[in-house]
Amino acid sequence: MSKPPKQIHLAAHFPGVNNTTVWSDPRAGSHIEFSSFAHFARTAERARFDFMFLAEGLRLREQGGAIYDLDVVGRPDTFTVLAALAAVTEHLGLTGTINSTFNEPYEVARQFASLDHLSGGRSAWNVVTSWDAFTGENFRRGGFLPQEERYSRAKEFLATANELFDSWHGDEILADPATGTFLRDAKAGAFAHTGQHFDIHGQFNVPRSPQGRPVVFQAGDSEEGREFAAAEADAVFSRHGTLEAGQAFYADVKSRLAKYGRRPDQLLILPAATFALADTDADAEELAREVRRQQVSGATAIKHLEFVWNRDLSAYDPEGPLPDIDPDVGDDHISQGRAQVRMYRDPLATAREWRELAAANHWSIRDLVIHTGNRQNFVGSPATIANTVNHLVQADASDGFILVPHITPGGLDEFADKVVPLLQERGVFRTEYEGTTLRDHLGLAPPDDSESSARGSRAS
Amino acid sequence: MSQWNSKNEKAGRPEPSSPLHGLPGRHTRVSSASRSPLHLAVALDGTGWHPASWREPVARPRDLFTAAYWADLVAEAERGLLDFVTIEDGLGLQSSHFPDPDERTDQVRGRLDAVLIASRVAPLTRHIGLVPTVVATHTEPFHISKAIATLDHISTGRAGLRVQITARPNEAAHFGRRTIPRIEAHDHPDTQEVVAGLFDEATDYVEVVRRLWDSWEDDAEIRDAATGRFIDRDKLHYIDFRGPYFSVKGPSITPRPPQGQPIVSALAHDTVPYRLVARAADIGYVTPHDTDEARAIVARIRAEQRAAGRSAEPLHVFGDLVVLLDDDAGAARARRERLDALAGQPYPSDAPVFTGTPAQLADRLLEFHRAGLSGFRLRPAVAGHDLPAITRGLVPELQRRGVFRRSYEADTLRGLLGLPRPANRYAAAAAVTA
Repeated sequence: MSKPPKQIHLAAHFPGVNNTTVWSDPRAGSHIEFSSFAHFARTAERARFDFMFLAEGLRLREQGGAIYDLDVVGRPDTFTVLAALAAVTEHLGLTGTINSTFNEPYEVARQFASLDHLSGGRSAWNVVTSWDAFTGENFRRGGFLPQEERYSRAKEFLATANELFDSWHGDEILADPATGTFLRDAKAGAFAHTGQHFDIHGQFNVPRSPQGRPVVFQAGDSEEGREFAAAEADAVFSRHGTLEAGQAFYADVKSRLAKYGRRPDQLLILPAATFALADTDADAEELAREVRRQQVSGATAIKHLEFVWNRDLSAYDPEGPLPDIDPDVGDDHISQGRAQVRMYRDPLATAREWRELAAANHWSIRDLVIHTGNRQNFVGSPATIANTVNHLVQADASDGFILVPHITPGGLDEFADKVVPLLQERGVFRTEYEGTTLRDHLGLAPPDDSESSARGSRAS
Repeated sequence: MSQWNSKNEKAGRPEPSSPLHGLPGRHTRVSSASRSPLHLAVALDGTGWHPASWREPVARPRDLFTAAYWADLVAEAERGLLDFVTIEDGLGLQSSHFPDPDERTDQVRGRLDAVLIASRVAPLTRHIGLVPTVVATHTEPFHISKAIATLDHISTGRAGLRVQITARPNEAAHFGRRTIPRIEAHDHPDTQEVVAGLFDEATDYVEVVRRLWDSWEDDAEIRDAATGRFIDRDKLHYIDFRGPYFSVKGPSITPRPPQGQPIVSALAHDTVPYRLVARAADIGYVTPHDTDEARAIVARIRAEQRAAGRSAEPLHVFGDLVVLLDDDAGAARARRERLDALAGQPYPSDAPVFTGTPAQLADRLLEFHRAGLSGFRLRPAVAGHDLPAITRGLVPELQRRGVFRRSYEADTLRGLLGLPRPANRYAAAAAVTA
């Protein structure tokens, strides 16, 4: 007997502040008004998605010393939006990206524990690190964190937060009016952490939440990031959405789990995925091309080239040939507050490659940026996309996908209405929520609160 | 009925006779209650302000950490047409004695983040203002500014904050960034210095929060397809705040909130916090025990307001009162005695404790109102009992006397409070230099 097919996990990434999001489309709505977030979340819940995902950036991006103005700019506070979304949804998981550098564990743990209570156990934390002095200028903590300390701080931050989550076990509140005992234990929430980055002690003031701890996501792709995910995370927000790259990443990260005493099903691999959906495959191809042209205006193409060249290229014509001059390989980068620039590790080689590519195809700067940019992960009719998604999951390229629509807030509607029913028909995606918490949706066991809390002082 | 229209907002400045107007005492006179509206807020804290409140049959102590509990309380407050609710918060377990944890197990301990409670109930309400407590001492002004701006976006203009400091050494140890010396006696010179420093920091904190709210002009988002520009970056502003406690560059990542400036409020018992209120707030909560004290406090705040150069800006002074309300005054007294007996001692409070009927409380509030307080923040002793007593007993009583609204007259908290939507400080500056 063949084993039953894997169940697919689906999530929705609210359109972000980058050029994937097409704000110039007439259907594009507000990125700030709550109605947009509510629409998006309700669509995701209607489609029985596992969760919704919010990204975060703590300083507006700059290029050439000025605030970058070609993409969507501005977003609301992550925690505050997620708490409000808990009021307009019942089952949908609520995943927030929260930086471990410009926050303190006590405060972040309070916020996640509160969000978990207020959502009935639906919170998740995408733990990211940022280390640039540029973003630090907005914070007390500020300053610069050397690259080698990034993960050590992030790990200690998460470990400390877990100690805070686990400082309450769930049975402390008796609230018995007859005897007048509210708390079973005067030391409820006691913690003490001494480490390289944090030295804190006292009592945590939020009782244990429905999930115990938020579900933990990790998004880094480096060696350290993968190791961190294998050791600590419940899910990885990956960028490897194609078959081969996806399978390689999936096998690599899952193989690291054993050394931490974990099983492969205790860590989900969920790549980001864009899509162009239309009634027929041909229409979808046409739509995909059109959207990519919308995503890369002439001005955007020049700015994108500047990530590689690290120079002011504003004098170049986007419809003309690539620059003859070579990239500036100096330390100061023309672009700040953007993770994307680190993708180009060898700018001189990239520039050479791109020039050759453009010359061979007679591409202008804009053509080149359109063609070298990411093609949508899924392009096709509902049936084609459903097949692709299912194939990738069954072939262990992922456990599901975090969909990134290009239109706010309606960009998910068609996927929900047309693709999801096909996956449900095939028996690979839920037709109803079976549990109440995000851990339930993701098939994750509750955290063991004895893991990080070795005190053993629990009142009986 | 027309006096409840928010004409102040339209006129751009408050009426001269309004007690919120920051002019000397003779201008703050209230000749009749109908000249200036009376504002009512309720302060939510756990099961209520009395430490034995959780033991009352109406208290729902096991629901304290659920959204439904808070949604019910705020819905009740909105049913009573109150201006806003505040939500208490803190960075450590509650304690009955300052400055240390008390390790008591017979009172409510633990709480949820107040900003997130406010946000969780915002989509479920339509008119009432939502004013969570934020602690300035160990937190980031950048985070709080965007959180309250976001609450204002979610509630379409009903957000505020109540800023407070913490001088508790145990809470400092929760952050491990600095130590705060243990305060032995309130009147000791070292204590005064520590507290003054924390309030100076809170004043800077509010300044940063406010500048960040203004760091986007209202029309900064242009979505100009012709040039491909989503924003006009000339309408975004670095705030470049530098101070002894923190420096913040800006601009915010969150566009200017619907109210422009959400409401800033603070509880104040003495000169140092009065100064914070006068320099930085839209509402100060004070705790006078009689009308003479109320007049004196209002005069001190107005003097500080003049010293800070804010005389022309509207500033509400609200009286805080703990309330135990029953239709029969004897029943209210008996309830207080019962609660005190359960707690093992009379309830100690910074604010006056009112025990009586809604009509008696209305008398009391109107006396204070005539003494210069423009509104009240009532602290229900037992949330499950005294909040409905406010909304269903006190409010109708005040309405009968013609001093409280019969329906919500504005869509924003600033509107309810008769405060104009402020111009953007950076837009104004740009206009001057242009």
